[in-house]
Amino acid sequence: MSGFSGKDGLMFRLDGKTALVTGASGGIGAAIARTLHAQGARVVLSGTREAVLAAVAAEIAPDGERVHVCPADLSDPAAADALVSAAEVAAGAPLDILVNNAGLTRDGLAIRMKDEDWNRVLEVDLAAPFRLCRAVLKGMLRRRAGRIVSIASIVGVTGNAGQANYAAAKAGMIGMTKSLAQEAGSRGVTVNVVAPGFVQTAMTDVLSEGQREKLLGGIPLGRMGKPEDIAAAVAYLTSDEAGWITGTTLNVNGGMAMP
Amino acid sequence: MSEIADKVKKIVVEHLGVEESKVTPEASFIDDLGADSLDTVELVMAFEEAFSVEIPEDAAEKIATVKDAIDYIEKQKAA
Repeated sequence: MSGFSGKDGLMFRLDGKTALVTGASGGIGAAIARTLHAQGARVVLSGTREAVLAAVAAEIAPDGERVHVCPADLSDPAAADALVSAAEVAAGAPLDILVNNAGLTRDGLAIRMKDEDWNRVLEVDLAAPFRLCRAVLKGMLRRRAGRIVSIASIVGVTGNAGQANYAAAKAGMIGMTKSLAQEAGSRGVTVNVVAPGFVQTAMTDVLSEGQREKLLGGIPLGRMGKPEDIAAAVAYLTSDEAGWITGTTLNVNGGMAMP
Repeated sequence: MSEIADKVKKIVVEHLGVEESKVTPEASFIDDLGADSLDTVELVMAFEEAFSVEIPEDAAEKIATVKDAIDYIEKQKAA
């Protein structure tokens, strides 16, 4: 780890670092990629929608500087290993940072939830992040450096009616992170979680006006989150300055829950 | 020394950053060569890759010395 740059008033710089961000075609993922890039990192954007990824990449850096696109469908168990290799080839450098942001929901009350909906969410939101962690950890442990940040959700901590599958996957992500943090700590690799509350994205645009109002009443800071609120937390945890933080869950939720 | 033994020794030197002279057959990875549990797992994975063998968990647990590793791999290769 290089020395802190805080003395120039510049902290959390990621110059010379290479980051893989999954789910980068979504609102939060794109914001994370944009922020890490702005901090100086080389970023590899992954997701299933290649055209959207290309548009996000063009928006982040019109000249293509330090930005790459590697589409992958993480519901395929073989895709995680392949993605890590492809990302390192595209970037021309080993991965210093992995941001597990890809995820999906298949909501429904438990008594009507189909196995298929349970399995799909657990597969994409928990098994795929595990496989990506496993794939990047080999190199990070060898290089004695690395940052993994997984995007969970407040519902992984509090639970949520209609989201037994999603809450289980996100709670699983938190437990997995604590275990990996213990395994990788001796090599200087940190593994953390950012747990967003309600952020304005396509995933929360489906809420009714009534649901939205009720929701805001429960948020001390009185507004929905912005993707940039989440991205800033990720940038911090991936920086050199966060080198003594591992296994933690950073709740970024406007005060909606204070576990 | 067999080709396998040579290669094992080389991998150990590379992964643990120890001097070649210390990598004797009797040397224990943990007690003599300063490996921790993560190192031993990484070593086993390196052996698997280098020799194209699969070392199951119960066998890996019994590989404590350089000789243990050489014997196991030689047996797998002979089979």
